[in-house]
Amino acid sequence: MSENVYIIGAGIHPFGRTDSRSGREQGVYAVREALSDAGLEWPDIECAYGGSAAAGNADIMVNELGLTSLPFTNVANGCATGGSALAASQQAIASGMYDLALAVGFDKHPRGAFNAKPSDYGLPEWYGQTGMMLTTQFFALKIQRYMQLHGISRTTLGRVAEKAFRNGTITPHAWRRSPVDLDSIMNAPMINDPLTKYMFCSPAEGAVALILASEKKMKELGADGVKIRAVSVKTRPPNSFEVFQAGISIEEGGKPTVLASKAAFEKAGVGPEDISVAQLQDTESGAEIMHMAENGFCKDGEQEEWLANGWTEIGGGKLPVNTDGGCLACGEPIGASGLRQVYENVTQLRGRAGERQVPGKVRFGYSHVYGAPGLSGVAILERE
Amino acid sequence: MGEKIDPNLWSDGATPHLMGGRLPSGQIVFPMPTGDAAEGVEPYKLSRRGTLWSWTSQGFLPKEPYEGPGSGPGEGPPDFQPFLLGYVELPGEVIVESRIVDAKLEDLHLGMELEFCIVPFNARYDTFAFRPATASESKAA
Repeated sequence: MSENVYIIGAGIHPFGRTDSRSGREQGVYAVREALSDAGLEWPDIECAYGGSAAAGNADIMVNELGLTSLPFTNVANGCATGGSALAASQQAIASGMYDLALAVGFDKHPRGAFNAKPSDYGLPEWYGQTGMMLTTQFFALKIQRYMQLHGISRTTLGRVAEKAFRNGTITPHAWRRSPVDLDSIMNAPMINDPLTKYMFCSPAEGAVALILASEKKMKELGADGVKIRAVSVKTRPPNSFEVFQAGISIEEGGKPTVLASKAAFEKAGVGPEDISVAQLQDTESGAEIMHMAENGFCKDGEQEEWLANGWTEIGGGKLPVNTDGGCLACGEPIGASGLRQVYENVTQLRGRAGERQVPGKVRFGYSHVYGAPGLSGVAILERE
Repeated sequence: MGEKIDPNLWSDGATPHLMGGRLPSGQIVFPMPTGDAAEGVEPYKLSRRGTLWSWTSQGFLPKEPYEGPGSGPGEGPPDFQPFLLGYVELPGEVIVESRIVDAKLEDLHLGMELEFCIVPFNARYDTFAFRPATASESKAA
C-alpha cells in the first residue's frame, strides 16, 4: 500500500546569471526558501535527494544547512537530475519509510552552447571532432523533419518564443524579462536552420527545492500541500531518435516522452483533457511544439492552429503551456530545470502565481522534462 | 588526400563505403560498434546512395572537441566555415548522420537523392559527407 505524497514547500533561486553565488549556494538559498514556505526547519527533513550537472555534489550543502546526519543521496542523471530527485523523494515517502523529504536541483553553466565528450556517451571521437556532437543540431534536425511531415510553419516556431518571452516579463524567477517581438525572433541570426537565436534556450544558472510530505505529516503541520498524482521517468525504447545519434534505425521506434506521458496519465487516472496547466520541455521552440503532441495534448500538425489562435497562452482558452516562460525565458540550468517546472505548477495550483496565474479552477498541473541521452520525466500534480 | 579521421570509418579503395555493422538480428547499425559491443557484429559496407531524411545548418563555431576550421590555436569564430549536415536514409539499412556538401540550404528537401563522398576536413584529416547524387553514379547504382 503506497502512501499519498504531497509537495508542501517550494523554493526557487531566480534563474539567469548570479555571479556572486556558486551553483550550490543557489541550491542552499532555494532549500531555505522551501523550508520557510513549508514552515519547517532544516533538522525536520528526514532524507534528501539532489544534484547538478555542472556545479558539484548536492550533499555538500549540509555544510551550510546543518549537520543533521540525514541520508543525502546525490543524483547525477543529466537533464533528468531534477525529475529523478523528485521521483526518489516521492518513493521514499510513498514507501512509508519517511514523512518529510527534500528534492533539490541546481546548476551553473558557462556561457555558450553545451559541449559534450563523445566517450561519455559511448560515441567515437570523430563524431565530436567533426562538429556533430551538438544538442542544438539534434533539435533542429528533429523539428525540420517534423515541419515537413506535419505542415508546421516557421512563424509557429516564432510564436512559441514570443509567448515564452511575454510570460517571462511577468515571472519574477525568469531570466529574460523583456518581450521580444515576432519579427525580431524570425530575423535573428540563424543558429541551426530553422531555429534562430531567440528560439533556443541558453545555458544558465538557478536552483529549485521542493519539500515532500506524507499525508499524515501534511495534516499534522496544517501545510498548504499539492498532491503528487503521478511521477514517471522513462529512458529510450528501441529504434528511437534521440540527441547524439550517429545512426538511427529505419524502423520508426517509440519515444521516451510518449512512454513517460502514458505511464503518468495511467497512474494518475486522468487524461490530457483534465490538465489545466502544462510545463513542457522547450529547449527550443520546436521542442515545445513536438512535445505538445508527444504528451497527448494535440495531434501532430494541430499545433499550427493552436499557436495561431493563442490556445497555449495564459487565459488562451485551451491549455496554458510554459506559464513562467519555460527554458526559453528562464534559461537552462540542467540540474534545476525539471524541478522549476514542478515549482511553477505548485505555484499555479496554489493560486499564488500573481500576474501569470492561470484563470479559473486549476486542478491538475502537468510537467515534462526531456534530455540527453533520450529520457523523459513527467509529473502530474493535483490541487484537491 | 589527408588521413582518415578514423581508420575504420569507411573502406579503402576507389569506391569507398561508410562502414556499419550487421547485428546477429540482421539489423544494420552505424557506426560499427567497438570493444565488447562489437562481438557478433559483422562489419557491413553501407550503400553509397541514399535520400535526405532531415537537415540543418551549423551556423556557429562548436566548442571542443570540434577540430575543424576556427578551432586551432589563434583561430576563432571568424575562421569558422558554416556547414550543412543531415540524416541520410540508406534504403533498407540505416539512417546516418553526415555532413552535406556541394549543396545550398535552400535546395535541400526531404527525399532528395544523395551520394557518399570523402571531403577534406582540416589540415590533417579527411572526413565523410554526402552530396547531391550525380547522374553517372545514378546509372551505375
